[in-house]
Amino acid sequence: MSPADEPAAVAAATPASRLAAYVRGGGVIVPLLTTFLAFLAGGLVMLVTGSDPIATYEAIWKGTGLQWLFPWTTGDERELAAVNLQQTLIITTPLILTGLAVAFAFRAGLFNIGGNGQFIVGAIAAVWVGSSFADLPSLLHIVLAILAACAAGAFWGAIAGVLKAATGAHEVITTIMLNWIALWIGVWLFYLGGPLQTSRDPNLPVSEDVVEGAKLPVFWGDPILQGLHVGIFIALAAVVVFWFLLNRSTVGYEVRAVGFNPEAARYSGMNVGKNYILVMAVCGLFAGLAGSMDVLGWQFRIATNDIQIQLIGFFGIAVALLGRNTAVGTVAAALLFGALISGTSQRNLDPTVFEPSLASNLTFIIQGLVILIVSADVIVLGLMARARGLIGRRRPRGAAAEGEP
Amino acid sequence: MQAEAPALELRGITKRFGPVVANDGIDFDLRPGEVHALLGENGAGKSTLMSILYGLYSPDEGEIRVNGEPVEVDSPSRAIELGIGMVHQHFMLVPVMTVTENIVLGEEPKRGMLLDVREGARKVKELSDRYGLAVDPDAVIEQVSVGMQQRVEILKTLYRDARILILDEPTAVLTAQEANELFEVLRTLKEDGVSIVFISHKLNEVLAISDRVTVLRRGEKIDTVPTEGATEESLARLMVGRDVLLRVEKEQAKPGRPVLEVEDLHVRDERGLEAVKGVSLEVREGEIVAIAGVDGNGQLELVQTIAGVRAPEAGRVTIDGRDVSELGVRGKTDAGVAHIPEDRQLCGLVLDFTLAENLALREYREQPISNHGLLSIGQMRARARTLLGEYDVRGGTPDTLASSLSGGNQQKVAVAREIASNPRLLIAHQPTRGLDVGAIEFVHGRLLNERANGRGVLLVSLEFEEVRALADRILVIYEGQIVGEFPPDVSEEELGVAMTGGGGRGQAAA
Repeated sequence: MSPADEPAAVAAATPASRLAAYVRGGGVIVPLLTTFLAFLAGGLVMLVTGSDPIATYEAIWKGTGLQWLFPWTTGDERELAAVNLQQTLIITTPLILTGLAVAFAFRAGLFNIGGNGQFIVGAIAAVWVGSSFADLPSLLHIVLAILAACAAGAFWGAIAGVLKAATGAHEVITTIMLNWIALWIGVWLFYLGGPLQTSRDPNLPVSEDVVEGAKLPVFWGDPILQGLHVGIFIALAAVVVFWFLLNRSTVGYEVRAVGFNPEAARYSGMNVGKNYILVMAVCGLFAGLAGSMDVLGWQFRIATNDIQIQLIGFFGIAVALLGRNTAVGTVAAALLFGALISGTSQRNLDPTVFEPSLASNLTFIIQGLVILIVSADVIVLGLMARARGLIGRRRPRGAAAEGEP
Repeated sequence: MQAEAPALELRGITKRFGPVVANDGIDFDLRPGEVHALLGENGAGKSTLMSILYGLYSPDEGEIRVNGEPVEVDSPSRAIELGIGMVHQHFMLVPVMTVTENIVLGEEPKRGMLLDVREGARKVKELSDRYGLAVDPDAVIEQVSVGMQQRVEILKTLYRDARILILDEPTAVLTAQEANELFEVLRTLKEDGVSIVFISHKLNEVLAISDRVTVLRRGEKIDTVPTEGATEESLARLMVGRDVLLRVEKEQAKPGRPVLEVEDLHVRDERGLEAVKGVSLEVREGEIVAIAGVDGNGQLELVQTIAGVRAPEAGRVTIDGRDVSELGVRGKTDAGVAHIPEDRQLCGLVLDFTLAENLALREYREQPISNHGLLSIGQMRARARTLLGEYDVRGGTPDTLASSLSGGNQQKVAVAREIASNPRLLIAHQPTRGLDVGAIEFVHGRLLNERANGRGVLLVSLEFEEVRALADRILVIYEGQIVGEFPPDVSEEELGVAMTGGGGRGQAAA
């Protein structure tokens, strides 16, 4: 049987099958190569703008706190690293979840651009429950606030699913629109005179504060200095749920079948539309959960400004793409972006090496490059195939004829 | 020194894809003005060999000679320079452009800086007339028949002065009538001295058109024989490597109670037009009922409705006397309907799924494959292993992706899954389309086996041979209606007339 004869060419129909081909094509090498290329290009940008890329990357690395993981980091350095690493992991937590929100959709052949909106409605639900019902027992209060956020996110995601199933409206368009609707609902709720604006000061466009009992416990570092809350474990648990749901349940089996080939799924008796709704709801649930982690874990309130500059849902796209929509890959990619965001922040980056306000743009550059390179997976795969000599092994015309008798 | 060097000669061509040897030291020669058939099962290496010749792949070993001169064919444009033209199985035409525009694309006649359309059209007309191709230079591609599109592809190569023509499974997309027209064209080309490589796995066509036949099997050249003196049986043996049952032998049907009853069924197609107009039919236990007809006469919609993929407009579908008209695929499956769809790659299989996952598509919600929504991967694999063995699926383990199998083996997977669901009614829609003789024999055997096991089989096919070989009763569908019923010994002519709307001796069923 020769691979050239019949199959191969026919596939590559849905985004999910293209991504599957991408995953099969390069294993773990492609994402590593992608990251390397992105950092390389980022370094070039620094070089062009007159900075020393090596010193800058070193300073960013210090800012991430990841050197805490190495036993030879000791003394004051270790304490500082611990604080930095806590910040990195605080950001990694919602990134894992919004990454899952995009990855799950991808596996069903859908492109969820709505992680940001789903995150915002989740955060709104969490801040509302978390700042009300002050008499509830702490654990119950936390659980309720999280569930409310999940439900709100799931509802928000499901809207796009219903629109797709019922009318065929493309989810990319609807989720982008829903992002804006979520954003302005949030601004309206918490703006001066808004229904959920704080009663503390009529001139502050923020929500009420989450009560003490509804805050997620901090297990590493000082709660006053924003130590690491338990949300990271909830995010990791969600990763396990994601993997199990997708690979070991009939629900995930249907989701993947619909993602790869909706027509064959329909012929097998699956309800494709229902699957779209379900998938978008699950995506929204992950993103909504992310919103509650931030609100209950370290922000404790929502300011209208924060909503308007919120980008965590969009970082989720880069996380999912770089993580190739797998469970483990998403965690790794979330950690990478969490470290980058944290390492280039005002608070963590040494301003004498590189201006932090510029450095955070570097994060965006790298994020953009990752999306660009992954989307143009053909480029990387093509380069690899060429290197392996599978395609285009052309000799210059006429050169071979000399070898012939 | 021979008086005349071969137009084309391949010597010891070897091509490997990783561990797979697609071509193993193949010798092949093409005399001027001959039609040389390249015969082999799917995956035997025919297309690979021709892709090498056309410059799409470079061989690992071996050499190519054109008119006795060693050449390096490193790209299709080089192949064209050498006078080699290829007509692919899937046409490479721009649908919105005219015949002339498609033909001159890349070689446009120019006047100054402008495209000289009239000159192009004139040349196309001239070539078309010379070879009796009957092509209208100004027709738009998307509006002409498939047969015409193929002739445009042939013209494209002639326009570039091809003297060696490679046709990759040219009849796969044609009706019987169009295939005969194509053969006429090939004979004219041959008389003009064009040498033709005719790739096929259809024995009767190879016998009808070729002068010599080279048989490939699993990447190796088995033999080259003159067509004169060869028979379908002798070629099939070379191709498959064992004796093949070309005529299906079946026992007398013992029809029992009706399994499927369709009454006055009306179905609309995708565009909202009525595609099935009042069809009534019955399939009994232990019989094969074939629906014969020219493609696009409502077969697809009829089958989809019985299988539950499409909802009927009016009428009744009953299985074992139970009304299942309104049920979807799941309801129909539970009622005992299994369905081998027409397009295995689009509807029958999830190509990015493993074979184990594909084989579970009917039963993933049931014990023991799943339990309360949890999949048992072990059970899926174990069941797949059994079925893959039972159905002789080659080149795949339970963890192989369906996309990496050849067409015949993909079809075996779809057939295995549907039959394993233990149905009352098995719908087989074009179950052997694009398969080679070995796989066809296998699928036919399975369908007869189901019949012997007392199942009702509804076969939809465009192939005369298949319909007559398998069916106990033949229903002819024309423009959404059953226009006649025939016994299996009906003549091809009679069936052909009925299929194209002429009156038949069969009693009208509606």
